[in-house]
Amino acid sequence: MTEFYGYERPDGSVGVRNHLLVIAPIDCSYEPAKRIAAQVEGAVAVTQRHGCGLDEMVANTLIGVGCNPNVAGVLLVGLGCETLTSEILAKGIEPTGKPVEIVVCQRDGGTLKTIEKGTRILQGMAQEIAELRREPFSVSKLTLAVECGGSDATSGLAANPATGVAADMLIDEGGTAIFSEPQEMTGTQHILAGRAVNERVAKAIHEMIDRQERRMKAMGVDSRFMSKGNIDGGLTTIEEKSLGAIRKGGTRPIQGVLENSWRRLERPTRGGLWLQDGTGWDVPSVTHMVAAGAQVVAFTTGRGSTTGHAVAPVLKITGNPETYARMADNMDINAGTILDGSESLRSVGERIFKTIVEVASGRKTKAEALGYQDFTVFSRSRIAEHLLGFC
Amino acid sequence: MKKAIQIDVSDNVATVTSDVNQGETVEVLSPDGDVIMKPRTRDAIPFGHKIALNDLDGGDRVVKYGETIGVASRPIRTGEWVHTHNVESAVVPTSAFTEECS
Repeated sequence: MTEFYGYERPDGSVGVRNHLLVIAPIDCSYEPAKRIAAQVEGAVAVTQRHGCGLDEMVANTLIGVGCNPNVAGVLLVGLGCETLTSEILAKGIEPTGKPVEIVVCQRDGGTLKTIEKGTRILQGMAQEIAELRREPFSVSKLTLAVECGGSDATSGLAANPATGVAADMLIDEGGTAIFSEPQEMTGTQHILAGRAVNERVAKAIHEMIDRQERRMKAMGVDSRFMSKGNIDGGLTTIEEKSLGAIRKGGTRPIQGVLENSWRRLERPTRGGLWLQDGTGWDVPSVTHMVAAGAQVVAFTTGRGSTTGHAVAPVLKITGNPETYARMADNMDINAGTILDGSESLRSVGERIFKTIVEVASGRKTKAEALGYQDFTVFSRSRIAEHLLGFC
Repeated sequence: MKKAIQIDVSDNVATVTSDVNQGETVEVLSPDGDVIMKPRTRDAIPFGHKIALNDLDGGDRVVKYGETIGVASRPIRTGEWVHTHNVESAVVPTSAFTEECS
């Protein structure tokens, strides 16, 4: 049994980091939120950019991130007149048992007094969480989010299949893996549905990918289109193109499709491989998988993505040896050794798994060491979804 | 020797990791890194493209990632380049794209 060292939370979940999360429920109060976070060690401020209306998909996502076990405590910094109030978010996060506090500019006397009050609350939290110690836990407590971005011809050949080996290893020890990006599953409905644990899940997989194809069609995009670049690069069919992306999640049975909408944001209810009905846009895709409970992110890239995340370590894996050499400050793992035969797919996969466990135990990823705090919430137009007959 | 990678043990194609000339011998590596065969290429195969590991009849499944990526549109012999000229998608006719691309 493989173990990692993590922080146990009051609800029994296990964090791999001890972040203090400062959430501005509306971007109107993001400035004071950022200033409060800047004054307290280990704190990070985030917000959303979807306006003042009550967008439940945004609310569900912010609540999900607040509930993530990597977050030790939450401070909500509101303006006061927003529809998505701090109280709504606090109510969603409080059941985890972690400290959740609120300051509001209009109630607390403007920017300076709010910053002072908020900083003092957060300072207290920082002192308390410093006493938490890492303890050993089975990797069955880990949820890995798998993402790809800036792909090239080496992605489907090296980085994705090797990361899939690591996902399989985690799942075989009782852990959980999630991947998203439904537009990259296009044309493989029948293949993914064939890996579903039951008929209900198979149907949900078909529906998720069909909906995404219809959204793209409504935007004038044929998601099954193969470009000249795809074909020149060696991709023969849409199935092959999509399978190259899907393989990063490994080969294990699919337990379910995690809903990610204004109705609810679902989390995995048991170990195994899960799909999320999310987006292909890298930073929000990671954010929404973190909102579903992922503590660690394995991110494959060919051309070289530099992104990290506000509350989860993001491990960069490239199958392109030139990218690894050129962007050594950003790339954690070189899977390009598969190309010259100096290392097998399996042994690179084992190396990725070992690194995931080390990162879960506290080793910083390159993006973390550089202080990256990427965070974007995405939402969907309910008007468009209604017109497409999805709600 | 130039390499080709078999991603899943059930795959009947492998991906070459550099440009390969016609008649050149390539080492096919399994996911565990074992050399499983050394076919002679019947065509020039560019980097990232596929080589057949078995003889296939027209209509046979082409398997990569352990899944069917298409069916052979004509017989394919071991060592041949496997691409849009001899494989058809089960989902979207490959010809739909190749015509637009040409």
